[in-house]
Amino acid sequence: MKRLRTYHEVTGDDRSDLGSQVAAQHARVGSRLAEVRRVVAVMSGKGGVGKSFVTAGLAEALARAGRATGVLDGDLHGPTAARMLGAVPGCLEVGEDGVSPAIAPGGVRVMSSDLLLAEGAPLRWREPGQFRHVWRGTLESGMLREFLADVRWGVLDVLLVDLPPGTDRLDALVELLPRPPGVVVVTIPSEASFRSVRRALATARDSSVPVLGVIENMAGYRCEGCSAFRPLFQGDAGERLAREAGAPLLARVPFDPRVQGAADAGTLAASADALAGAAQALLSRLEDP
Amino acid sequence: MKFLCVECDRQMGFAERELPGDGTLAAVFTCPACNRQVAMLTNPMETQLVASLGVKIGGRTLPEQPMELLRSSMAGGRADAFADAPPAGKVHPSWDAAAKERLERVPAFVRGMVQRIYADYAAEQGIAVITPDMMDQARHELGLEGM
Repeated sequence: MKRLRTYHEVTGDDRSDLGSQVAAQHARVGSRLAEVRRVVAVMSGKGGVGKSFVTAGLAEALARAGRATGVLDGDLHGPTAARMLGAVPGCLEVGEDGVSPAIAPGGVRVMSSDLLLAEGAPLRWREPGQFRHVWRGTLESGMLREFLADVRWGVLDVLLVDLPPGTDRLDALVELLPRPPGVVVVTIPSEASFRSVRRALATARDSSVPVLGVIENMAGYRCEGCSAFRPLFQGDAGERLAREAGAPLLARVPFDPRVQGAADAGTLAASADALAGAAQALLSRLEDP
Repeated sequence: MKFLCVECDRQMGFAERELPGDGTLAAVFTCPACNRQVAMLTNPMETQLVASLGVKIGGRTLPEQPMELLRSSMAGGRADAFADAPPAGKVHPSWDAAAKERLERVPAFVRGMVQRIYADYAAEQGIAVITPDMMDQARHELGLEGM
């Protein structure tokens, strides 16, 4: 058999050129985010620490402080940030240049799978039934990419990305963005949370992503009867993680069932109050060259 | 990927892409010297692996639509999640009854995007009325996976 020329020796066009198609997708992300000053990922290695509550409260507080703010709900399977912000599902306008985000009552621009999925429907893909795990991650990264590139975010001071529990979506986000985001890490005071969230810090460090600060959520509660401030969890994970990251502890946010209930109902005034200090500290970090 | 006609030592050109609707894909390539054709047939898993990236075998025939991957791949979407408006300033062709009926069978989540693609195709081709035959032609030429 005669020697076949190799791919590189055959010099004609590769019409498929999948690499160029993927590069074009990334270029669209860069182009869309050219008007976004900073992307900040809100993450934690642990579930149930209140990332979405913190994201929504920070966004509302930033908007109140006069900053154009967007929230991209990166928790594709368990989206909650949109409704906490008061954004409700409805028709999102599609034009040739992209999809309009939902606008929350406080002015925050929001995109979330919660706005796209039928009520109660889990995120599923129309794909062949076998070996779905092979491409599910790719499709989810693609969805994150389209949330970044195809939403008409407009000019933003801050785009907050609410990441799901764990660390892998940060890697996907970092690879999609033209420059690294900053990270706000959320923890609760407990030792278990410290151990988990520490892994998130390590992921950020490995990806050369700057940690802008740590927020300790559910840091005690005020007794309704005697007004005494009592701990909810034992531990000081917030301070220890901040020390380890070399970043400030932006806030210790006490648990308040009234604030949580209001956030669940899409009324964020109280949570914005609770996160106002953290938002100011975050802004200082963002504006510090 | 490139296809080489071994006999002629010439690169084969992309001719067409077919999507029979069973999750598989056929891409046809022709040798410019001897006109011999080969078809690359991919199974559903191979087809899905490429589709998951949001890329097209044989290259793109029309610009990527907003949230195209999500809208063509996500199941369980809200019927009223998107409101697709025809582009301002463009006169769009009309749809005959059979084409309308066929469009109605497209899942609502993605229908607006599909409608826009067919309408743009018809406008570019100078077609005044969209019919099922024209939809087949566009589907064939544009490689509208799953649409």
